[in-house]
Amino acid sequence: MVAILYLISALLFIFALRGLSHPESSRMGNIFGIIGMIIAVFTTLMFKSVLSYYEIGAAILIGGAIGSFIALRIEMTALPQLVAAFHSLVGLAAVFVAAAAFYDPVAFSIGKVGSIKTASLVEMSIGTFIGAITFSGSVLAFGKLQGTISGKPIVFKFQHLINALIFLLIIFLIVLFVINQSPTIFWTIVIVSILLGFLVVIPIGGADMPVVVSMLNSYSGWAACGIGFTLSNNLLIITGALVGASGAILSYIMSKGMNRSIINVVLGGFGGEQDTSASKDNSDKIVKQGNAEDAAYIMKNADSVIIVPGYGMAVAQAQHALREMGDILKKEGIEVRYAIHPVAGRMPGHMNVLLAEANVPYEEVLELDEINHDFPMTEVSFVIGANDVTNPAAKTDESSPIFGMPILDVEKSQSVLFVKRSMATGYSGVDNELFYRDNTTMLFGDAKKMCEDIVKSLSA
Amino acid sequence: MEAHSSEVFVIGLTVFFLACIIGYYVVWSVTPALHSPLMGVTNAISSVIIVGAILAAGPQGFDTSKIFGLIGVVLASVNIFGGFLVTYRMLSMFKKKTKKTKEKE
Repeated sequence: MVAILYLISALLFIFALRGLSHPESSRMGNIFGIIGMIIAVFTTLMFKSVLSYYEIGAAILIGGAIGSFIALRIEMTALPQLVAAFHSLVGLAAVFVAAAAFYDPVAFSIGKVGSIKTASLVEMSIGTFIGAITFSGSVLAFGKLQGTISGKPIVFKFQHLINALIFLLIIFLIVLFVINQSPTIFWTIVIVSILLGFLVVIPIGGADMPVVVSMLNSYSGWAACGIGFTLSNNLLIITGALVGASGAILSYIMSKGMNRSIINVVLGGFGGEQDTSASKDNSDKIVKQGNAEDAAYIMKNADSVIIVPGYGMAVAQAQHALREMGDILKKEGIEVRYAIHPVAGRMPGHMNVLLAEANVPYEEVLELDEINHDFPMTEVSFVIGANDVTNPAAKTDESSPIFGMPILDVEKSQSVLFVKRSMATGYSGVDNELFYRDNTTMLFGDAKKMCEDIVKSLSA
Repeated sequence: MEAHSSEVFVIGLTVFFLACIIGYYVVWSVTPALHSPLMGVTNAISSVIIVGAILAAGPQGFDTSKIFGLIGVVLASVNIFGGFLVTYRMLSMFKKKTKKTKEKE
């Protein structure tokens, strides 16, 4: 009976993911997920060995209240941090469950204290290891996304060698743990894994965060899997595998969006450093500056506008003002669409959620492959808070660090408007030659303020 | 029991690989626009480790294992409620505006 209920729960989780294939079916999917979770929890509460309903109920209420409070209060621009924080909790919970199984193996029928089955010990320590890495890696990713820790990659000598040695040390500790089942070694594994989690994320820069967040998502799944094997629980194994696969695919999509291998991202150190040679070349070039009125004029006289949002839009919270601008343009009979680069923002799909929040219809929001061939037929590209993802150097300059990265071909549209705070380079540290083109107008200022000013000029 | 443990492991491994394959196909079918909600949902469902935490917290009395279990239940609950709720919030945004545009039309 238990196995059947767990199976139903696992199937509902699969349907939950399946629902996300389309916005219309996605809400039903979320409900499937919730039902699946309720079934899983109540099935477990029905176990004969589970007696302390009050304590468990209180724990669920406390956790649930905290989770609900955070989820309802959070600004959509802060989603990446929130997701990173949540991943850290999954990792930590995995460590605690593994520890609980280690201290009371009878409750999980995996043996007795001091004589736990070898297979269970191996699975338990792997679950602990992945859980602890997920925990500390996510905490650091949270800090970088939140801005409490500098987003710049921190690189030092022998970094990868040290990480590799720590990894070997953990394997050695796991072997030792399986042999003597000592609590001291268990906690040493936890601490060393936490250290490794920090060291793995430290060299990775802010713009690479979409990959890191996806990777940690994947790890949290594998941690659940590890616990699933320890407890011989198919529901945990299936769910963990689903989540692990999901995170892995997202990491793959994100790294492909930057034309870099996952390994390259993980090794880190990308971005943050100023590429002085490139910026010097352009110091004497002329930049055409404009103001909100110029931008309003240019767009008002166009037939079609493609808006390219980037992380800068999220930082400035400009999505609402931007949508207002789009609405006015649409009323004028201008075709307005949005082009989303796979790595725009700080997590997969970040821009889509922000635009959805501002009530932009999702039919108008298109992915790179869907819209890229439309740029030559487009009069105005309005780039707001994005830079590297439009840089033609990715196609032409083989020496550029972003060479080979798929870009949005805004250069092919008749004119380009760039909303930027300053001439600073993007995260790759590469100068963007588009800024100096004749048909480019730079609009310097805060993205939100600029959109509001354009709206004023348009309605004047 | 001991004799069966390797068999149990193989069954677990079978389930694991089949689930990975299902995950692979299901996740590739997710539209890129919904990748953020995907992370929200996966985050919520990965907290199904609450099952393990409840088992640990289950027995009466208080020992180390039970305390760990209860902490696990709290942590996982934060994620379950938070994950599903934040996903709900994201997805309802994708709903609102389609309705509005339809009304406008």
